[in-house]
Amino acid sequence: MRAPDTAPRARVGDVLLSVEDVSLSFGGVKAISGVSFDIRQGEIRAIIGPNGAGKTSMLNVINGFYHPQQGRITFKGRTRAKMRPYEAAYGGIARTFQNVALFRGMSALDNIMAGRTLKMNVNFFWQLLRYGPAMREEVEHRRVVEEIIDFLKIQEIRRTPVGRLPYGLQKRVELGRALAMQPELLLLDEPMAGMNLEEKEDMSRFILDVNEYYGTTIALIEHDMGVVMDLSDRVVVLDHGIKIADGTPDEVKRDQAVIDAYLGVAH
Amino acid sequence: MFYREAGQFKTSYASDQAIFPILQDRIGIAVILVAAFSLPLYANDFILNAVMIPFLIFALASIGLNLLTGYTGQLSLGTGAFMGVGAYACYKLTSIWPDVNIIVWVICSGFFAAGVGAIFGLPSLRIKGFYLAIATLAAQFFLEWCFIRIAWLYNYNISGAIEVPQRTVLGVIVTGPRATSETRYIVVLAIVVAMTWIASNLMHGRIGRTWMAVRDMDIAAELMGIRLLPTKLMAFAVSSFYCGVAGALMVFLWYGGAEPAVFNINQSFTILFMIIIGGLGSLLGAYLGAALIYILPIVLRFVPEWLGIPIHAATVEHITFMIVGVLIVFFLIVEPAGLARLWSIGKQKLRVWPFPY
Repeated sequence: MRAPDTAPRARVGDVLLSVEDVSLSFGGVKAISGVSFDIRQGEIRAIIGPNGAGKTSMLNVINGFYHPQQGRITFKGRTRAKMRPYEAAYGGIARTFQNVALFRGMSALDNIMAGRTLKMNVNFFWQLLRYGPAMREEVEHRRVVEEIIDFLKIQEIRRTPVGRLPYGLQKRVELGRALAMQPELLLLDEPMAGMNLEEKEDMSRFILDVNEYYGTTIALIEHDMGVVMDLSDRVVVLDHGIKIADGTPDEVKRDQAVIDAYLGVAH
Repeated sequence: MFYREAGQFKTSYASDQAIFPILQDRIGIAVILVAAFSLPLYANDFILNAVMIPFLIFALASIGLNLLTGYTGQLSLGTGAFMGVGAYACYKLTSIWPDVNIIVWVICSGFFAAGVGAIFGLPSLRIKGFYLAIATLAAQFFLEWCFIRIAWLYNYNISGAIEVPQRTVLGVIVTGPRATSETRYIVVLAIVVAMTWIASNLMHGRIGRTWMAVRDMDIAAELMGIRLLPTKLMAFAVSSFYCGVAGALMVFLWYGGAEPAVFNINQSFTILFMIIIGGLGSLLGAYLGAALIYILPIVLRFVPEWLGIPIHAATVEHITFMIVGVLIVFFLIVEPAGLARLWSIGKQKLRVWPFPY
């Protein structure tokens, strides 16, 4: 794996998404309070924190599944208080889930093809006939999907219903489904949870490759600190819904608040 | 050994995305179609009228419900009522414009059912599963009430029932008491085959994938940009379209007349049982389920006669009920995912035969 470097690299561009002063609560429970951070074009941004820190809630806010009570989200220069999930998808935000959320009744190929839904627009009547433009569109998108299948090395399981696949491959198919959307911002919620070392290494390589070849900006939540420190350009640390640190992996590692949050404080 | 795709190489994505990618399947479908269309040449009136026409109509209604429940995951108990909407719409249309081709009206009546189905599908955004089933019960009861109370729907007929008038297409009598069973069978078969083909096209394309995505994981589907309400309403509309056409066929080409009771809750349950036993999310399952629930009792009724066993007709009736009940339980224990799954497991076994795997 690549050594983390502290200097900003040329591949990282302007701010793609910025979250300003976002607060989210469920009744009396404050999940996120007053968090601000930004994600730059082309970078790998990690969001870490102990259990219940509000990391997944943060992702849900970013792709419009939760509506924060307070704060603004600016994505590609457009600021809004709340976003519908499909608007986020149209805007180019894709997402994988902590506990795999694949379409279990469908094959791996169909799952990834489903990721192309937004890019397909042949009307209903051609779809009825499955001929002419509908078939051309189907083939054209199949070609894109096959590239993703090659990229993730899952050729031999294309036709397998995903419910029957082992966990590591399911995670990979889910990444493929998100990539099929050709997103500008890819949100990965614990892409390595429950994996063994080898699977983690594979997944890390895919994440780096996605970032490098497709230039996709990635925000990931992960608990494996080794992976986070190696992969990410910048890290934001949440604890009890509050941002306690933000910076390069090295800065974050030395931050006293972060050490306290993870290891506890002597009383 | 005979069912194997060895040597059949796909050279384009189009041929790999085909609905029947394996040659043997295509031959099988062709044989079945030829047999089905030539059936009037060697089958008697009873087979056509009492077995095949109802079977095809039930299969069409099952496909309709399967599109909604099996593919999109929205449980519905309004099937009977949506069939009724199709039947009454067809009746009114042909009463008002008697000169228009009746087959056109049968298809058009599906659009009325689709509209009504989409309206009663609105609760599906908020509620799922059994609760949605109860919400669709509202459709069942409300529409049944309409069929009884709104006299305009049955042209103020004193008996409260609808009588199918005689209609001809290209000089051939298609509906009414004087239509031959051969004609009616061919019309029903053509419509059912065409609509099955269309359903299969839809389910193999983008629309089918979005429906199944909503069924399997609606949150993920939403975050991928699939809007839930339009998708679900479309599933309700298309499903009801199929049910509506099935209802119109049922009255116009099978019963020849109908009372509101035909479209009661029992009809909804019958169709639901057919797709559960046949296989949710499978078009073949709709046919298998309709065959098991509708044709099997008829066949069983004739078994004692063929074997020359003298049993009273009433006893046969009771035994038939018992055997069908046992078979349903048996099939569900053997394969809870339905007969269609049994068929696909069988196909897999056939592919690798004589080896176990």
